[in-house]
Amino acid sequence: MNPEILLGVSDLRVDFRVDAATTLQAVKGIAFDIPVNSTVALVGESGSGKSVTALAILGLLPKENSTARGEVRYAGRNLLAAAPSELQKVRGADISMVFQEPMTSLNPVFTVGFQLTEVLRKHLGMTGAQARARAVDLLREVGIPEPEARIAAYPFQLSGGQQQRVMIAIAIACEPKLLIADEPTTALDVTIQRQILELIADLQKRRRMSVLFITHDLALVGEIADHVVVMRDGEIREKGTAEQIFEAPRDAYTRALLLCRPQLGRRPKRLPVIDDFLNSSGTVPEMPERSRGLRGDEEIVLEARHLGKSFYSRDGLFGRKEFKAVVDVSFKLAKGKTLGVVGESGSGKTTVALTLMRLHEASSGEVLFDGRNLLAISHQEMMQYKRRIQIVFQNPYASLNPRFTVGQLLMEPMQVHRIGASESERRDRVYKLFEEVGLPETSFFKYPHEFSGGQRQRIAIARCLTMKPDVLICDEAVSALDVSVQAQVLNLLQDLQDGYNMSYIFISHDLAVVKYMADQIMVMNEGEVVEVAGSDDLYRNPRHPYTKSLLSSIPQGWRGPRYFASLGRNETST
Amino acid sequence: MMQAVLGSGGLRRPESPGLWALAWRRFCRDRVGVASFLVVLVFFGVMVASGLSLVAADWAREVGVNYAPPTFVGPGTAERDAVASGSPRGEKAHEPNPADPLADVLSEIREKKPVSRGDTDIVDPLADALAEIRAEKSGAASRAEILSATLAFGGDRWGRDVLKKVIKGTETSMFVGLAAAALTALLGTLFGALAGYYGRWIDDFFNWFYSIFTAVPYLLLILAIAAVLNQKGTMTVILILGLTGWTGIFRLVRAEYLKHKVREYIQAADAIGASHARRMFVHILPNVSHVVLVQLSLHVVLFIKSEVVLSFLGFGVGVDTVSWGSMLNEAQSELILGYWWQLAAATIAMALLVTGFSLFTDALRDALDPKLK
Repeated sequence: MNPEILLGVSDLRVDFRVDAATTLQAVKGIAFDIPVNSTVALVGESGSGKSVTALAILGLLPKENSTARGEVRYAGRNLLAAAPSELQKVRGADISMVFQEPMTSLNPVFTVGFQLTEVLRKHLGMTGAQARARAVDLLREVGIPEPEARIAAYPFQLSGGQQQRVMIAIAIACEPKLLIADEPTTALDVTIQRQILELIADLQKRRRMSVLFITHDLALVGEIADHVVVMRDGEIREKGTAEQIFEAPRDAYTRALLLCRPQLGRRPKRLPVIDDFLNSSGTVPEMPERSRGLRGDEEIVLEARHLGKSFYSRDGLFGRKEFKAVVDVSFKLAKGKTLGVVGESGSGKTTVALTLMRLHEASSGEVLFDGRNLLAISHQEMMQYKRRIQIVFQNPYASLNPRFTVGQLLMEPMQVHRIGASESERRDRVYKLFEEVGLPETSFFKYPHEFSGGQRQRIAIARCLTMKPDVLICDEAVSALDVSVQAQVLNLLQDLQDGYNMSYIFISHDLAVVKYMADQIMVMNEGEVVEVAGSDDLYRNPRHPYTKSLLSSIPQGWRGPRYFASLGRNETST
Repeated sequence: MMQAVLGSGGLRRPESPGLWALAWRRFCRDRVGVASFLVVLVFFGVMVASGLSLVAADWAREVGVNYAPPTFVGPGTAERDAVASGSPRGEKAHEPNPADPLADVLSEIREKKPVSRGDTDIVDPLADALAEIRAEKSGAASRAEILSATLAFGGDRWGRDVLKKVIKGTETSMFVGLAAAALTALLGTLFGALAGYYGRWIDDFFNWFYSIFTAVPYLLLILAIAAVLNQKGTMTVILILGLTGWTGIFRLVRAEYLKHKVREYIQAADAIGASHARRMFVHILPNVSHVVLVQLSLHVVLFIKSEVVLSFLGFGVGVDTVSWGSMLNEAQSELILGYWWQLAAATIAMALLVTGFSLFTDALRDALDPKLK
């Protein structure tokens, strides 16, 4: 069977000129086809060249510093050689694109309706009334409630998921033959992500168009793609049908991507990392499973009781409006164990962490640590407790002072808390920590910008370790990292916990990661704790409806051919 | 530990390029920037040398005839006559001006003059004192003879070398500019850091203070402070400019602090127990220093010009000091008489430095602001 090809990419090469002497080869001669009426997934980690490929297809690469060579065949011509005016006709009408950030892709000063009708009038030559009627239809099609009213809404009046729906409506307005979706769900919460995925799968089926779905998450792809292309460093590592990629991956890197991510069903003592696959023959020895959970007689290091935090905004001349970010949160943290905190954005999980450390002042409640209420003591007294509770932040690019060398960054906490007798003793400790977290010794005199994201997170972890904390809070500590790097950092955190018997509060929106790391899990929604349970218990037997909806939203990976499409068809028929 | 450092040092450079080193590399690629930097350096050298009395220490000596023209112009006929006849300096030969409607009357008066002078019988009460002075001067009469007819870049009303005056003026003007800008940057950064970092009532206080300062017209404010200080001098000018100029830097630094204090790295610093002062000046300040530095150099240019304006208006440096402003002030009466060189010298020096410094500042901003790259 040889399906009809809608768009064919062959020997595509994209170079970026960094400066006069250096060029960066972002895409190194790739070839793949997008058949008619099917979904092709382009999967790869950051820097693999997947987004650049999409931009090259649309001719959207900056002309000043990039060159694209090769061939992009569409409707009998090469798009790379097409005139700008010709390309403009193809863009939007035949091929359209949805970007990652719906909040920045929509123009904030125009209404949704204006931005939608603009496309219709320009490309299809509709009159105002026609375009408006069509816009309402489109909004209804992408699942916006009350489209007649929402057409006059500004982007900020819509939620993130709704904004992405509007972006999709704009993209499909001219009935394109190919929709390119560049990480369309990465910025969204899991439950919203699920809805958007279902929408794209449904639209693809109904409109008989093709979709090029770009993502870093292989599990996501398993649910919607017909064909999968795995990229790394500008090259294609493997391409094939979804079935073949998921059932019998040939390439070691594909296997690594599949297995590096923590899986819900299994909990090996160590996660396999990418080097395990690429260095050895490509097979990973089976790891013994780790058992999680509390016995109930553990020593409690930290206890929060009825923690509350409100923010106030000005309302009118003298009034204040209260916003309750955290309401009545209580939990206990056992020594050497991990408390996982899950919830979607805005659920208050980060606020809880910052309040525990008094980086935010709590509005109510108490935090018991070592028999003292940390929220009631003075700042001077707090100093000695500060070093014992430490935090690793989400964004390793923002949490390290760019003007400090790594040596300075790691020495500072010891100087502040007078740990170590002399400078040379402190330096010894820093070098020992480098070894422990897997950083080269030469890091001492380097600046943070010279390190990759994973290495920076190691620096941040090492900085916390200089103070030998009892409690380490990981606030989305691995969320910004690539899958392969994520596994390495998770392994490091696990080794450190085993070594130092630290207690972790592990905050994440990623349920699979939390399941892997945590002994006990606290589910938060809109500032409140909806459920606390042992981690295996929670996944096996969720009690609260919110927990259930959260769990059912996790991408399950490969579930047989066209899982979503069948799902979409069922929905439309009912 | 030493071993570790030596080991790594042996293999590769232990110090990797920091942000300043990178900025310096970017700066060096900018040819205009480097050229203007050299100009600024030369001026700085002149300022230091003059301050240490290595050059132009004798700027106040009369070394030429009054209004001696520049050498490259050559001695004018009038000056030659003046030197030859030894007639009182400062008077030109009386050539009748054909365009002057009063030419006839003037020539009449001039013809009468010597006659009338000889006729007076009034006894001079200071005759003895004068005689004494003359006697004293006659000893040094030879000096009058070596007053040169031309000077390198001309002479002023008292025959002082304009070139030396410019050098001395450079010292004054540049010192005023640099010192006042430093004072401004210090005040602006301190206020901005406090207001931006602490927020709440401290921010309100400084904002009110700022509003009051900016509500008064600038020149009026300067004149008011000059009146309060009530004494002329270089320090006064520095204080006037420094105390009035901090407002712009304050706003910028405050905004930067507002932005940086909520950044994660500051939260991280808080988490490890760094004090407020440490967060403010050890963590945030290096990250906003490029703003301060660029503002500092912009204000140097501004204040050099302000000093000129102040001195021109008579609120500037005292009569015993020379600055570009006081030179321009003198030049305004000279220009009518056709002596252009003092004006030219001060203007050229000022234009060179101000242009050089501005271009240098631009290059500095480009090099230090990674966002532009």
